[in-house]
Amino acid sequence: MRHFSSSFAHSYGQDMALLRTRTQWLLLVVFLAFIFTVPRWASNSFLTLATVIGITIVSAQGLNILTGNCGLVSMGHSAFMMVGGYAMAILTSQLGLPFVLAVPVAGLVAGVVGTIFGLPSLRIKGFYLIMATVAAYFIIHWLVLQFRQLTGGTEGMALPPADLFGWSIRSRENYFYVVIVTAIIATLVAKNILRTRIGRAFVAIRDNDLAAEAMGVNLFRYKLQAFFLGNIFAGVAGALSVQYYAFANVEQFPFFDSVWLLGMLIVGGMGSVSGVIYGVIAIKLLQQLAVKIGPSLAEIVNPQAAVGLSLILPSIAIILFLIFAPRGISHLWERVRNYYQLWPY
Amino acid sequence: MSHTTVQVQNVSLSFGGVKALTDVSITVSSDEIFAIIGPNGAGKTALLNCISGFYRPQVGEVYLYGKKITGLRPDRIARLGIARTFQNIGLYTGLSTLDNIMAARHVFMKQNFLTSALYFGWSRKEEIAHRKTVEEIIDFLEMQSIRKQIVGTLPYGLRKRVELGRALALEPKVLLLDEPMAGMTLEEKEDIARFILDVFEGQGDTYPDSPVLRDGVRSIVMIEHDMGVVMDLADRIAVLNFGRKIAEGTPAQIQSDPDVIKAYLGEPGQPG
Ligand SMILES: Nc1ncnc2c1ncn2[C@@H]1O[C@H](COP(=O)(O)OP(=O)(O)OP(=O)(O)O)[C@@H](O)[C@H]1O
Ligand SMILES: [Mg+2]
Repeated sequence: MRHFSSSFAHSYGQDMALLRTRTQWLLLVVFLAFIFTVPRWASNSFLTLATVIGITIVSAQGLNILTGNCGLVSMGHSAFMMVGGYAMAILTSQLGLPFVLAVPVAGLVAGVVGTIFGLPSLRIKGFYLIMATVAAYFIIHWLVLQFRQLTGGTEGMALPPADLFGWSIRSRENYFYVVIVTAIIATLVAKNILRTRIGRAFVAIRDNDLAAEAMGVNLFRYKLQAFFLGNIFAGVAGALSVQYYAFANVEQFPFFDSVWLLGMLIVGGMGSVSGVIYGVIAIKLLQQLAVKIGPSLAEIVNPQAAVGLSLILPSIAIILFLIFAPRGISHLWERVRNYYQLWPY
Repeated sequence: MSHTTVQVQNVSLSFGGVKALTDVSITVSSDEIFAIIGPNGAGKTALLNCISGFYRPQVGEVYLYGKKITGLRPDRIARLGIARTFQNIGLYTGLSTLDNIMAARHVFMKQNFLTSALYFGWSRKEEIAHRKTVEEIIDFLEMQSIRKQIVGTLPYGLRKRVELGRALALEPKVLLLDEPMAGMTLEEKEDIARFILDVFEGQGDTYPDSPVLRDGVRSIVMIEHDMGVVMDLADRIAVLNFGRKIAEGTPAQIQSDPDVIKAYLGEPGQPG
């Protein structure tokens, strides 16, 4: 029995499309329209939060390729953001590269550095690889502080204000648009890579590396490609981040951010491209919530306990998801949709 | 005219003190189903692993079409035309049936970072072209209803079937099957036996987009414990016992071989 009897190409193409119905298109357009109105009504602090969320989505899409799909757990992701950030700072302030060129080049630099630090993955797996990526973070952190002439050491370095084809992106509002467009592109690129040949090879390695090898997947090449691709996203995110603050320093990329990024993947749903968006928003909102209620809490309990809240709140969320919904928000959402028979609208 | 596909020549393999294979030779022709039988731990899987590149024998060589492949990486050997299934099922548990088989088209696809990232145009066209081949394999193995199901959730028998489909998608010249019917019900075994025969014979123009189904895989090496199945399907049989080949021949010859009977019935005091 053939499912698609008439025009093969047409039907399979449709079957593979991301958005299959008019309702889905409509929802997307409404959502995007809403996003683009944010700068019109948002407070300063909300706009900052939205921008940071956008930047984090770019970064997390990269980690989702590397860890969520290829199964190579990296605790060094914020270090590769740092590499991208410093590359951006050097490219714009020392070499005078324009923003549009500097961002992708910064991404490539982080990709190449990430590939080098990914070399151990060919020999070691699991826990030992995680430790190697932790080491990678501290090696990079140390190197950045050592090369003072290039990086400004502990003082950091300032970036010149940026333009985009003559359009100033110095204001928060304009920069928000730049970040959101980049996040959308990053998400689409991640999705497209993951739903084609390279992405299937990554998942093959994650789920059964021996079988993948028996089916013709060169583990060596693909693991390195995963590091390369995943860290390009980290580098672009780092570049966006330093340009936002017009300043690059190591404190901007703490080790703990690597941990939070993994937490975001867990909460959103490991491997899921849309899950990345849910996960980043959920964790960032929880952190923000902790910051908001922290001061009032400080009056009741001791102040130090209140400060810890911004760590504890998202941590509890991650633990709860691990126990009760290990496949994350994206899977919960799918189940809700199936339950209400809305799919495919 | 048939010729030699896989040739294993005087292969010995040991793990520390354990001798998994001792001086084993087999020659598989391009027009036969070749079965490997033997008691548990006889070295059958180890022999398959030597052919597909997972183990490198300490002594001896493996040839494909007369070309030495000993020591090549498994992915290189796969590209040369040897596909396999695993005794314990080696599927990508998080992917659907469709994607498991699509993943095997990997070696024939040419997408790179850039074309993939853009998707529309070239990459999409390539996806569609390979999807056609894969859909034919799904049709052939009667897996239409589980096309979009995540394989980790499938029952054992179906998972084995998906794994066969994935191996076929590699369009192999030689197919290595490690106990394709283990743990199956009689009915499932009959299905798989029929599929194996159909694959061997080729299906002609019923499947125009899958060369492997059209022309068949004319060289199949199969490990199997079920003697009934082996006697029915195999053209020739090699018998391993404690890492040594103790007999080789047609089903009729093997059935009446005194060494084989002894190995299978077991001698007092020997594990079997
Ligand atoms: N990776 C390995 N490390 C150590 N010993 C091994 C390894 N692989 C196989 N062996 C040993 O080699 C011998 C042959 O094993 P093999 O798996 O080939 O047996 P088999 O004939 O496939 O048995 P079964 O019917 O149970 O699948 C066994 O003694 C086994 O313990
Ligand atoms: Mg075995």
